[in-house]
Amino acid sequence: MAFREYKVGARMFGLALGTSMFITLYMPSLDMGSVAATASAMERQLGFGRVGGFSYEDPFLQGWAKPVTVDIDKDPKTGAPIEPTRAYVYEANVPFPNGIRHPRILGKASEALSETKGHVTEADESHGAVFVVRETTQNGVSVPYIENVTATKGWAPADTIAVSSDSARSYIGKGKIMFVREGCWWCHTLLPEQTQDWQYFGAPPMLGDFNGESPTAFGSDRKAPDLTHVGSRNSSREWMNLHFFNPRLVQPHSIMPRYDYLWGDKDANGKPIDYDAWRTAYNDYESGKTVYPPEVPLPAADSEARALIDFIINLK
Amino acid sequence: MFKYLFAKAEDIPAGSAAVYFGFSSIVWFVIGTGIGSFNAAKLAFPDFVTGSEILSFGHMRQVHVLAVILGWISMAFAMAMMYITPALGNTKLWSEKLGVWNCLLWNVGLSLGLFLLWLGITSGREYSDLPWFIDLVVVFGLLLPLGINVWMTIKTRRTQGIYTTNWFFGAATFMVIIVFLVGNAPEFFQLTGLTEAYMTWWFAHNVLGLWITPVAAAISYYIVPKVTGNPLYSHRIGHLHFWSVVVFYSTPAAHHLMSAPLPEWLKSFASVEGVLILVPAIAFVSNLLLTMTGKWRMFVENIEIKFTITGVMMAIPLNLQGGFQQTRAINWYIHGTGWIVAHAHLALLGFSTFLEAAAVYYGLQTLLRRKLYSLGLANFHFWMLLIGFSTYWISMTIAGLIQGAGKIYEVPYIDVVIAEHPYMIARWVGGTMVFLGNCVWLFNMWKTARAGTVIPAGRLPHELAYER
Repeated sequence: MAFREYKVGARMFGLALGTSMFITLYMPSLDMGSVAATASAMERQLGFGRVGGFSYEDPFLQGWAKPVTVDIDKDPKTGAPIEPTRAYVYEANVPFPNGIRHPRILGKASEALSETKGHVTEADESHGAVFVVRETTQNGVSVPYIENVTATKGWAPADTIAVSSDSARSYIGKGKIMFVREGCWWCHTLLPEQTQDWQYFGAPPMLGDFNGESPTAFGSDRKAPDLTHVGSRNSSREWMNLHFFNPRLVQPHSIMPRYDYLWGDKDANGKPIDYDAWRTAYNDYESGKTVYPPEVPLPAADSEARALIDFIINLK
Repeated sequence: MFKYLFAKAEDIPAGSAAVYFGFSSIVWFVIGTGIGSFNAAKLAFPDFVTGSEILSFGHMRQVHVLAVILGWISMAFAMAMMYITPALGNTKLWSEKLGVWNCLLWNVGLSLGLFLLWLGITSGREYSDLPWFIDLVVVFGLLLPLGINVWMTIKTRRTQGIYTTNWFFGAATFMVIIVFLVGNAPEFFQLTGLTEAYMTWWFAHNVLGLWITPVAAAISYYIVPKVTGNPLYSHRIGHLHFWSVVVFYSTPAAHHLMSAPLPEWLKSFASVEGVLILVPAIAFVSNLLLTMTGKWRMFVENIEIKFTITGVMMAIPLNLQGGFQQTRAINWYIHGTGWIVAHAHLALLGFSTFLEAAAVYYGLQTLLRRKLYSLGLANFHFWMLLIGFSTYWISMTIAGLIQGAGKIYEVPYIDVVIAEHPYMIARWVGGTMVFLGNCVWLFNMWKTARAGTVIPAGRLPHELAYER
């Protein structure tokens, strides 16, 4: 027996579901798609790279093929001193973020500036590129745009990294992968609420603060402090080292897991990390047998812990 | 199971697929609640099993969520559909072989997806955590074969009309496929920013609203009239329930992001639509409770009715919470707190799990033609579930109110963590009770299959007296 007698019902069902999707998907997409990206959105996506979760270039979420953020005060090409500048270095074959691939999502004014003044369309993934975020004033309004400094100033990715010291490099893109992979966002939200978080966790984000970022990883269950502006509250690497290695070292009541495994095999000095010895010494400290806790190793420059701390400290 | 994969269609006994789905769902329930209990222990005692990446909370949390949603709940749904749809159409399942393959694919696909999640291979989107290629496996390997079986069984039915339960089954399998395909579009097409955030919650909202809630309700539309012998109180109210689910439950997705910078009209619209969730809720609960008229003794004496009606009654607090907690007046206080965690467990572990458990209890007895091995163990399971869940729900609701107060009075966060500690322990105890109850259930159903009294032809399971 066919659906014949249910023809009307099936059509009504299609109409109801279609209308629902029209209102809840199509109509909001017009609004959200027309929002211009803020400078913050450009900085975020340039720092994070194309995807913060599973992707072709990084299928095991190891932080492969991610940009490096460097703070420089020397022109990488000429060596002449320049204003302190934050540059986002995409080495060859590191995928560009959405704002470079589709400048349309930056909003009309920023798109035009990024293309004419910023030459972002000339950037080529197979050779890599260096980007900076600039602002200019148009009709009395400040408009941010992205500049491809490889095209405008001839800064090569390798040179840009070479003029920065290790402490001036931030592996924010790899750090976001760690943030997503390790599930930090199951407890720490990245979304101060519009109603009451101003005093404690800082200003809630604006409509255009996320254009080009994926995943946004807002989180929904705040079992721990919001981290959107954590770098403004606490930018101490020493504190972060202790806290990630074992949160109970700095906050005895914390319920955060230990992330000591992100340190890997060797510390910053190339010395192997003996986790068993560390835990035994820590247990002695915790049970009161010793007065001081064991020393926390410094994370190596290529460790996952370093990248995660870079990401956290740069959440301003 | 494997011997039927390549067997001739007529050699596969009717009901095989449903039986495999039924036992798979119980096993996934044990796994899912076991991981849940493990995670809860970590929240109460952070140094419980420490220093191991794959056993850390951040790697296990999403495995728990998706094991219970896609393993327990959805496989119990598949089981229910594969025996209720043909029963209501007075026919056989359209393809038993497809059903057996579907069950195999489901177990393999889900195991693969959860294994990847466990390793940390995730899209980083809540509820749609699975990477996009696993989403495609879910749609084309799990949900579409199930849908085809359900739709074709309805189409080849030998009855004049389609009963309420089958409207829901047919529509929900269609809607969940749409929800999976559209909701994961940010991963398929690299959508970013607020669009990505909003569509994450569009998915999460609708997978609950258009899949879990209506199918769970549809199960009770079958079990209550079947076991009590009363006809459904009103088909018209059933119509109201069905249409209001499609119209009102599919629209309020934005209320999950009330504090995010979404367009204000969208949040207001979602909030109003969210209150209208009470329309299907009241229609559903009143219809089922009125169907019980004159048979309330069975609520005490019959284990399937006990589970079903408990689940139906849990829909009352569930929808009162769900309808009002998303309004701006309340949401600003409880958003992102344990209150929401309690509410999510009321929906999945309270309301829906009790209905699915009823379907699996009743369905396995019917299909295996074996009377339940032990009523005592079944009652033990029921009370472990109910007391365990209540402990969880009450403790998390209180913890949520503490968090909410801490949030608005700007209390240093660590003081909130300290204040929550006893409730975290209570939550772990409650979750562990649920897990232990489920282990007993698995044993009971296994013994039912092996040693339950054989049900004579022409009789229904609930017509026989319990022996233990």
